[in-house]
Amino acid sequence: MEARSARMLPPPFWAGGPAPGQAYDPCAPGPSTGVLPLTRTLSPMVTGTSVLGAKFDGGVIIAADMLGSYGSLARFRGISRLLKVNDTTMLGASGDYADFQYLAQVIDQMVIDEELLGDGHSYSPKAIHSWLTRVMYNRRSKINPLWNTVVIGGFYNGESFLGYVDMLGVAYEAPTLATGYGAYLAQPLMREVLEKKSSLTQEEARDLIERCMKILYYRDARSFNRSCPCVLTPDPGSQLGHSSPGQERFRVTGLDR
Amino acid sequence: MAAVVQPWVEDPLSTGTTIMAAEFDGGVVIGADSRTTTGSYVANRVTDKLTPIHDRIFCCRSGSAADTQAVAEAVAYQLAFHSVELQEPPRVRTAARLFQQSCYRYREELSAGIIVAGWDPRRGGQVYAVPLGGLLHPQPLAIGGSGSSYVYGFVDASFRPGLSREECTQLVARALALAMSRDGSSGGVVRLATVTAEGVERKVLTGAELEGGEGGAMS
Repeated sequence: MEARSARMLPPPFWAGGPAPGQAYDPCAPGPSTGVLPLTRTLSPMVTGTSVLGAKFDGGVIIAADMLGSYGSLARFRGISRLLKVNDTTMLGASGDYADFQYLAQVIDQMVIDEELLGDGHSYSPKAIHSWLTRVMYNRRSKINPLWNTVVIGGFYNGESFLGYVDMLGVAYEAPTLATGYGAYLAQPLMREVLEKKSSLTQEEARDLIERCMKILYYRDARSFNRSCPCVLTPDPGSQLGHSSPGQERFRVTGLDR
Repeated sequence: MAAVVQPWVEDPLSTGTTIMAAEFDGGVVIGADSRTTTGSYVANRVTDKLTPIHDRIFCCRSGSAADTQAVAEAVAYQLAFHSVELQEPPRVRTAARLFQQSCYRYREELSAGIIVAGWDPRRGGQVYAVPLGGLLHPQPLAIGGSGSSYVYGFVDASFRPGLSREECTQLVARALALAMSRDGSSGGVVRLATVTAEGVERKVLTGAELEGGEGGAMS
């Protein structure tokens, strides 16, 4: 009888959340387990690895490989992790691919709705970055994150824009960006180049990104040889570059045979 | 005296399985094994995992039998309604999208890996993968289920776009046979279905008719 009355009680107000006075473990099943449906992304399934971004004189370039990994299995080898928002903005995402598809759907609909207003205005990269930051932060505050790290690149009013938002709602802008393994391997290289020259040409930026993608392919076990660079310039609008298999200029030093 | 409950009674019913779908010019070939397990007991050795969603649209189910049956029934209902509203055969892409909506929204509760394949008048034969997590991905050939791990290499080496209907059927049958011979959760017979504008042709291949089952270098 006691068990029955306990089950008839409504779930606690902080369903699934912290209970005041108790130690809180976000990953443990909450008090409402089995009462309320679970609707949060607790574990990413099919994931994308690093996204790189760099500003140059007159535009921005971002790049991501075309792989969706299912754990260690290289499962989907032709997916695009980049999204063209509009003529001035593009974004790339690492992390859970289903959440990225959902985000892409929402953003595409937003862009259509804005187009329908017919006033000639479209979202600026800064606006997308700001909006996405709020979305990601609010989702994390409900312990239901979009398990992605997003790089937003754009060129608006004569200025390049490069911004970062992650699943916790951490957001910032920088001249070069990298997510995932790229943050450890590529970012130092990109920063080193930019310390010597204050700004890059489009050629130099592209070379830098390609060099970094090659190094990531060497060292990131969840990466793929085919990547999709996306270059955004004021004219003729942004171009989603053709996917190209990386040149296999492997040189493993130290082997005698 | 309390009844002795066998451990497998408590195990969830799963379609640990091998499923596959390939598109050719004019339609799709889909295939699956026929084993349903509760733990290590084979609950059903002649399961039909190729579930019709509409006249020319099928789904291949892997994961929890209960979850996939429930989602498939819901999608079949939604699609039937949609088709009546449209007054034309529904698109395969629509069916896949309906699966994705359920699989993504309830991703943490469901264990469902689904391949949607069929034929529609607009785009011909199409195959869409909706794996765990609820993403949607069109592919010329898709494999899924626990047994698929063993045939990724074989499929990568054998498949190329532009195969004929016969070649696709051979490929699907061989890949399934290979997977079933290595995966304990897959087995029974190979169920094939070919979906074209003309209709659906179903075939069952038993062990005697399959190649690559017991043979091979590593027996």
